[in-house]
Amino acid sequence: MSAAPRDTMKLALGPLLYYWPREAVLAFYRDAARWPVDTVYLGETVCSRRRELKLADWIAIGAELAAAGKEVVLSTAELIESDADLRAMHAVAGNGKFRVEANDMAAVRALAGKAPFVAGPFLNVYNAGTLWLLAELGATRWVAPVELSREGIAAVVAEAPEGIETEVFAYGRLPLAVSARCFTARYHNLTKDHCEFRCIDNPDGLAVDTQDGQHFLALNGVQTQSAAVHSLAPLLGEARAAGADLLRLSPQSRNMAEVVAVFRDAVSGDLAPRDAAARLVPLMPAAPCDGYWHGKPGILQSAPGSRT
Amino acid sequence: MAQVVAFPERKSRPMKLVCPAGTPPALKLAVDNGADDVYLGFKDETNARNFAGLNFDDKAIGDGIGYAHAKGAQVLVALNTFPQPATWRKWQSAVDRAAGLGVDAIIVADAGLLAYAAKSHPSLRLHLSVQGSATSHEAINFYHEHFGIRRAVLPRVLSVEQAEKVVSRTPVEVEVFGFGSLSIMVEGRCALSSYATGESPNTHGGCSPAKAIRWQQSPRGLESRLGGVLIDRFGEEDHPGYPTLCRGRFVVNGDTYYPFEEPTSLNTLELLPRLQAMGVAAIKIEGRQRSPVYVETVTRVWREALDDCAREPQRFRVKPAWQEALAGISEGRQCTLGAYHRPWK
Repeated sequence: MSAAPRDTMKLALGPLLYYWPREAVLAFYRDAARWPVDTVYLGETVCSRRRELKLADWIAIGAELAAAGKEVVLSTAELIESDADLRAMHAVAGNGKFRVEANDMAAVRALAGKAPFVAGPFLNVYNAGTLWLLAELGATRWVAPVELSREGIAAVVAEAPEGIETEVFAYGRLPLAVSARCFTARYHNLTKDHCEFRCIDNPDGLAVDTQDGQHFLALNGVQTQSAAVHSLAPLLGEARAAGADLLRLSPQSRNMAEVVAVFRDAVSGDLAPRDAAARLVPLMPAAPCDGYWHGKPGILQSAPGSRT
Repeated sequence: MAQVVAFPERKSRPMKLVCPAGTPPALKLAVDNGADDVYLGFKDETNARNFAGLNFDDKAIGDGIGYAHAKGAQVLVALNTFPQPATWRKWQSAVDRAAGLGVDAIIVADAGLLAYAAKSHPSLRLHLSVQGSATSHEAINFYHEHFGIRRAVLPRVLSVEQAEKVVSRTPVEVEVFGFGSLSIMVEGRCALSSYATGESPNTHGGCSPAKAIRWQQSPRGLESRLGGVLIDRFGEEDHPGYPTLCRGRFVVNGDTYYPFEEPTSLNTLELLPRLQAMGVAAIKIEGRQRSPVYVETVTRVWREALDDCAREPQRFRVKPAWQEALAGISEGRQCTLGAYHRPWK
């Protein structure tokens, strides 16, 4: 596979999925303003109990990123349970400043006909029928579900409405599941209502291994992630051919600037796919995987240039 | 947004009992033991219990409808997985077949498929599947406004108080899970199975598919593997359960335990008066993959309980005989109220 054509795909920094101390979050986005990413998604999407930053803080961060030339998108929560969750979603949807990524049909309803929006990865867009419906309601971009393969994405793109942008999850631990239950609290023998915000101690999630020592999953509060780091870096030519307009890079606590730089060079063709993959491995919190892209178990790693 | 709509007429209406049927014998037992609705699926990945030896061909559905209708029960067909472009026609034709067979409703998760069904078969009753992940009245009302859904099945994530608010703010009938396997993750938002096996409920209609399972005797005990991943290891004293990924024992910081949930079943019998008072329209029993004996037992117990509750809700008591009968068919022989009871979270 040859390198992707020059400057054909944009880079997007996905929403921060972990709970970091306020200062760490502010420092991360101060740095991100200088990174070669085109789009930055902001907001708390995982757990409504996390309060280090309020919506006003995210909007302030967004203003600085916008001033630095980034497209800013505010993301809504991936699970809505309470009235407070609904109010939080409406506050994001009606922020009046930035475009919104809808991650639940309640958010789609709040945005439909009022403002253009991004159809987030949790809306379950597996076919063009669903995408057309969302486009008619105002979606201008869709993010493919993480388990949708290259073939699946390409097939949706082939029948997609004119002009809608396609974004794929290209780097990071995969957000695989969400629950009403908090598994980080459960690990600490706490209930969610009295969780002591312990997930703040695991800036890249809490590792779950099998009994024979395989790194398998990562607990991130109510969210369960893959332990392995999904990476399309060696597959950018395929990603472009499948119709990807944006590549989502999911924030991690260390080396994110370097990860972004590798993707930028790989997208522009300055870095060969094999070299991009090799450079990423030491920057990752765990081993890479890319099985979903090939329509296989997500945990598998098959791209060239990686450790196997 | 938080406008409360009152639907007083609902609260005096008895709740319907919605029972699973994986096979024609199970359907007959569900109907004979008092199910109001029986739900089932075609023999393919258009439904979320796509397991070998389960489900119905067109003739069996036709016969099932005849049997159910003769005894006053209804038949619902689950088409609750997410079609992809390459297979879209299969789902589309499944909707057409269900409509042609005269089923009483279809249970759908995918928005694109709901749009097709609403347009092509305007008189076909639509239920929103639990796989549609609608956890608020606003999400349910979205599906109501666009597709005219008549009933929504609530994901197993809300507390009783939260479920009550949902029910009071939507014109759509609300169905809740009463008994059966407890989903730990939000339905429709879980890709754990495909991460290990390549197949998930959303894409292939099955979680932790049987063909990906391997049992293996090792010096450290009997091991269950899913897609090669070690899910659990059992000693002499253990009761090995089906290796559903989120029921596995894993290791976190050196502690070996169930990070997600122990093998246990949801059982909400004690909540029945509350669920009825808040206007829940229907109680769903999980388990199309379970045996006819399971269906017979659960249907019989829940019919009796629902009738007791409808007759005299204030005096409703869970009978020990019911709990005993249900414990005998429960996963891990334990039961929980799950998310209905807030500390579970």
